[in-house]
Amino acid sequence: MCALRPQTGHHDTGSHDTGSPPVPPGKPVPPGKEVLSPDEIRRALTRIAHEILERTHGGEGVILLGIPTRGVPLARRVAGRIGEFEGVTIPCGSLDVTMHRDDLRLRPARALGRTEVPPDGVDGKTVVLVDDVLFSGRTVRAALDALNDLGRPRSVQLAVLVDRGHRELPLRADYVGKNLPTAQREVVHVLVTEVDGQDSVLLSPGGGSR
Amino acid sequence: MKRHLISAADLTRDDALLILDTAAELAGVAARPIKKLPTLRGRTVVNLFFEDSTRTRISFEAAAKRLSADVINFSAKGSSVAKGESLKDTALTLEAMGADAVVIRHSASGAAHRLAEWVRGSVVNAGDGTHEHPTQALLDAFTIRQRLARQGAVPDGRDVPHDLRDAGPDGRGAALDGVRVTIVGDVLHGRVARSNVLLLSTLGAEVTLVAPPTLLPFAVGSWPCSVGYDLDAELPKSDVVMMLRVQQERMTAAYFPTIREYRRRYGLDAGRMALLPGHAIVMHPGPMNRGMEIAADVADSPRSTVVDQVANGVTVRMAVLYLLLGGAEAAS
Repeated sequence: MCALRPQTGHHDTGSHDTGSPPVPPGKPVPPGKEVLSPDEIRRALTRIAHEILERTHGGEGVILLGIPTRGVPLARRVAGRIGEFEGVTIPCGSLDVTMHRDDLRLRPARALGRTEVPPDGVDGKTVVLVDDVLFSGRTVRAALDALNDLGRPRSVQLAVLVDRGHRELPLRADYVGKNLPTAQREVVHVLVTEVDGQDSVLLSPGGGSR
Repeated sequence: MKRHLISAADLTRDDALLILDTAAELAGVAARPIKKLPTLRGRTVVNLFFEDSTRTRISFEAAAKRLSADVINFSAKGSSVAKGESLKDTALTLEAMGADAVVIRHSASGAAHRLAEWVRGSVVNAGDGTHEHPTQALLDAFTIRQRLARQGAVPDGRDVPHDLRDAGPDGRGAALDGVRVTIVGDVLHGRVARSNVLLLSTLGAEVTLVAPPTLLPFAVGSWPCSVGYDLDAELPKSDVVMMLRVQQERMTAAYFPTIREYRRRYGLDAGRMALLPGHAIVMHPGPMNRGMEIAADVADSPRSTVVDQVANGVTVRMAVLYLLLGGAEAAS
């Protein structure tokens, strides 16, 4: 999963590669300019993995729950990274928040994602929720509610690949891959290999659907 | 999906798969410490039952309550008002109460369809006369998929595409392509049979009806299924055999000479069950007439899915209520 680090020409942060990314087989790439390259995503997840280890004193009692769709592969990657660094196995699962959303009535009923909780459950654990983009904070609020129905974790933390601002609820992330200043109407697309055939974070001027 | 669920024929293959996959996800809720989701909070589901029913009404009630909807049970039994008139009056009452969904069971075929013209909310048909019972068909399809996928079943070497085999233990995403279902018994009075034939064929299953000629409806030739009269010949090639209850309360004429003769030709006992392939399952929508269409030792055997069907009824109905009520109002 974790590629050996190829030497690339640009810096860790602040690189704005305007070249169009390669088109993966079968998946249309949304328009937009790349704000995180595959290498930058890899480094961000590596850093998040280290930060989780630091903050939780070696990952004792930690479980990672990804929020479908793209939070789930990101959670698996972070768990894999932690395993590589420390040799500990971090339980990893997914938490679907659809039934707890506050905007259900605004759109037609949608299909549910999967909820898969590791067999030991969440009681007494440090649960790290993993999502791709933190925007209004409403998804995370729904996730906290959904988690509440599964048990009583000792604490809950939040890891996101991109924090794009514009919060509508009093929430913040504990681990952030990249803080991305955006305008409200801009659209951030996170692509991950497991779902989209490639890794990329794209920022497009908006007007599209999100 | 449409706004109402009146007939299994209204469901496209994608609709049906969406319901089954949603139900597969919701099945996990029953195993949680808190078996409740907040999704339909503040919405009202009316159970309007003009006919006796225990399991269907309780199943819908449990499903609605697990989604946090308010449930009003309206039992119209004993009403002396003429049926057409009373149904319309009742509809107007429900309209005034602001019901978001009406689950209706009625002895007249087409009652749910009529009701849908009078109320603004979604109408779910929980059995109308001898016409349809779509949620029963959905839970049967769900049970078939779940059991066959869990067993990893359906013998190799058969030339049908079996994505069931690769679908994982809960069969998510898989249809029922090539699964052979034999439905046995009182097709004439059974709304379950019609809904099942329509839904299972939509999902790709090959359905065969086996019944005495007197208990087959007139137009059965136009149904998407084949018809046989010899149960022993059909059993060895069946993946699923579904026994229907002989609905004596609806029988106004002599459809077969004696119960004994019916049992001998169309009843499923241990000897007949031995003709089934090893992976095959035995279903019954309930309530069972033990000793008539199904022998007690068959009903209690590990092949029997009767208990699974009841448990799956709640999750499938949760899925239906969620998809009808959970989102913004659908277009049609």
